[in-house]
Amino acid sequence: MTSAPMTSAPGTVPPGTAPQSAPTAGPTAAGRTGGGVAARLRRSGGGPRRPGRARRGALPYLLLLPALLLELLVHLVPMVMGILMSFRKLTQFFIQDWSRAPWTGFDNYELAVDVNRPVGKALLDSFLTTCLFTFLSVALCWLLGTAAAVFTQHSFRGRGLLRALFFVPYALPAYAAVITWAFMFQRDNGLVNHVIHDQLGLGGAEHTFWLIGDNSFWAMLTVSVWKSWPFAFLIVTAALQNIPRDLYEAAALDGAGVWQQIRRITLPSLGPVNQVLVLVLFLWTFNDFNTPFLLFGRSAPEAADLVSVHIYQSSFVTWNFGTGSAMSVLLLLFLLLVTAAYLLLTGRGRKDADAR
Amino acid sequence: MRRSAATATANAAVNAAARAAAAAVTVAALLATATGCGGGSTDGAGSNSAPDELTYWASNQGADIAADQAALGPELKKFEERTGIKVKLEVIPWSDLLNRILAATASGQGPDVLNIGNTWSASLQATGALLPWTAENFQAIGGRDRFVASAMGSAGAAGQDPAAVPLYSMAYALYYNKRMFQEAGIEKPPATWDELVETGRRISGGGTSGTWALGAEGANLANNIHQVFVLSRQHGGSFFDAAGKPTFDTPANVDAVKQYVDLMARDRIVAPGNAEYDKNQSLQDFASGRTAMVLWQSAATSFKAHGMKEGDWGTAPVPVPAGAAPGTGGASVNSMVAGINMAVFKNTDNLDGALKFVGFMTSDEEQKVLNRTYGSIPPVKAAQGDPAFADQDLTVLRDTLATSAAPLPQVPEESQFETTVGTAVKELFADAAAGRPVTTESVRAKLAKAQQQMAN
Repeated sequence: MTSAPMTSAPGTVPPGTAPQSAPTAGPTAAGRTGGGVAARLRRSGGGPRRPGRARRGALPYLLLLPALLLELLVHLVPMVMGILMSFRKLTQFFIQDWSRAPWTGFDNYELAVDVNRPVGKALLDSFLTTCLFTFLSVALCWLLGTAAAVFTQHSFRGRGLLRALFFVPYALPAYAAVITWAFMFQRDNGLVNHVIHDQLGLGGAEHTFWLIGDNSFWAMLTVSVWKSWPFAFLIVTAALQNIPRDLYEAAALDGAGVWQQIRRITLPSLGPVNQVLVLVLFLWTFNDFNTPFLLFGRSAPEAADLVSVHIYQSSFVTWNFGTGSAMSVLLLLFLLLVTAAYLLLTGRGRKDADAR
Repeated sequence: MRRSAATATANAAVNAAARAAAAAVTVAALLATATGCGGGSTDGAGSNSAPDELTYWASNQGADIAADQAALGPELKKFEERTGIKVKLEVIPWSDLLNRILAATASGQGPDVLNIGNTWSASLQATGALLPWTAENFQAIGGRDRFVASAMGSAGAAGQDPAAVPLYSMAYALYYNKRMFQEAGIEKPPATWDELVETGRRISGGGTSGTWALGAEGANLANNIHQVFVLSRQHGGSFFDAAGKPTFDTPANVDAVKQYVDLMARDRIVAPGNAEYDKNQSLQDFASGRTAMVLWQSAATSFKAHGMKEGDWGTAPVPVPAGAAPGTGGASVNSMVAGINMAVFKNTDNLDGALKFVGFMTSDEEQKVLNRTYGSIPPVKAAQGDPAFADQDLTVLRDTLATSAAPLPQVPEESQFETTVGTAVKELFADAAAGRPVTTESVRAKLAKAQQQMAN
């Protein structure tokens, strides 16, 4: 995307034609860019400021106002309420009229972070499991998505079909897909065990449990990667379209092999896209609720106890919404921190690279 | 370009971070509806401002939702003809029912009349959202004495006005496959646990015969609770003391849980694969002849739905310890009082209509029709005597309810108890299935952990 100003300019506005066409297009141009160009040309020509400018300055904000209000209503108000709830003892005795729930200060938070007591320890275990799960899932999704995108970058027979096939998991409704996986992972009649044990003869005749016990982690990771990697594939495929082919041609003329082209041209050009992609994948995977809930129900095995289901269980199943909210707020803080640190680090890295 | 990418990233981060607070946000949104839009009166007083209409949430009792709509439709029509009140029906699947009720409680935007699992009675009573069944309200539906005592015991905490009235009653029984018993040369169903294990070993052959003696639903938390509750009572234990404090890891409870899990771990009469069952797979196994017995509540209609024919299975009371005579209290308890209760939301805008509707659904006539359809037992005394409920199958269930069924603890923390102890049993089954030892110590540790989780 950084290469966009440089590479897309010739594509959209053929060099040399812009100055001539702009003045004629100016008065009738509906697009913002056209008006902008015209205005700039006028200004550079030393023309007087238009009197309507001040009014037009307020217009964008007026147009934004409904969206801003909705944003407040949809995002901020519930978040603030969630934060307020986390300071109350909101159990089933008070949910009918939560304004009666007593204020408890930081009690809910103390309960959630005290790792020497069962609630805090369970939350910490769940948090660490989630971190490991997220790291592995994002890494695998990115690796698979990038590899597949690079592989299908150059046209060949059947490329469209292959790409369509790769998208299938992303197009399927998550609920149906994960339920199907749950059936495939069943011990006695599941397809996975049938293939591994009965047909390939791996691991002896004794079938493996995938939905209970420690293996549930790997089952969940499999489904998560299967479900999310097409997104990485989609984004990287789109980003690859932006790399000009002449770069590869020039590199090939200079004698660079395929691997060198990938390392020196493809990956650096993907940098900004990857920054967004990895962050979005991280946030989605970290918060993923559907996959564990549909695979394991409301009580996930310890090895696969992701923090989203854990919080759901802490609030909805045990009817203690105050503690659940406190855990949610902690999670929110953690994710904001990670996001900020990530953007800061990767942003600075890129600025350095650009400066060089 | 860079700038907009960064903005997009920041937006994505904010969006996703907001999603992080999923649980909180959901509840908060519900509360926002409650406080902001001021729907039902949150002070809880009912009114009669909409006397011509009722909304009714029915639990999913039949094979599917369409079956329930077909079964209830004509009855609601009958009610409308008699009273002029139109009942809007919504059938809600089990997995959603409790969450929907909680949401309705928090928002004040609920139905007028609803079904609840009878084990939730005390938990929901504590929210204060349900209409208490005072003597006066009972009068409107013909009096409290019309209902069977054991069913009334499962309608709310002791010493308070009930939060609901019983609608359908169910009980646990031992279902056995007659053909498999015959082939194994077993003449009568086991009456004690020793006999069950002995019979089971003959059928299972220690896991070598390809068929298994008993089905279990190891990852189904509610079912685990129902089973260990009965065993705990038989061992003289209890999961809550008189003051309502959890007492999960007492020796009696440890013995009870261990005895249940040992059916797989030590006695090897339950297939290890059952440890992950949570979608009624054990009923499928039973119907297809893979297991010879199953302990289940009012299962006849399910068996038929899975393709069994009347007479393929036999029904017997759930086993008791050797020497325990039926109907002698503690050791002879062999079922929970299972069933569905009917409740009225306190802030209904058609209080008189709601009472009329509950009266209609619990009338002798409707009780016979509805319970016959669902294969359950009427909790109304007069309807229970009907010959339709006197076949071999239902007689066992009826006698169990009348003499040896006990209600699950009627405490506000009941639903937490189901989750924590149900999970403990699930984890122990997972251990047993993986071949890890299940010892008195490991059982006690799991139960102690479950109890600590209740402490918040």
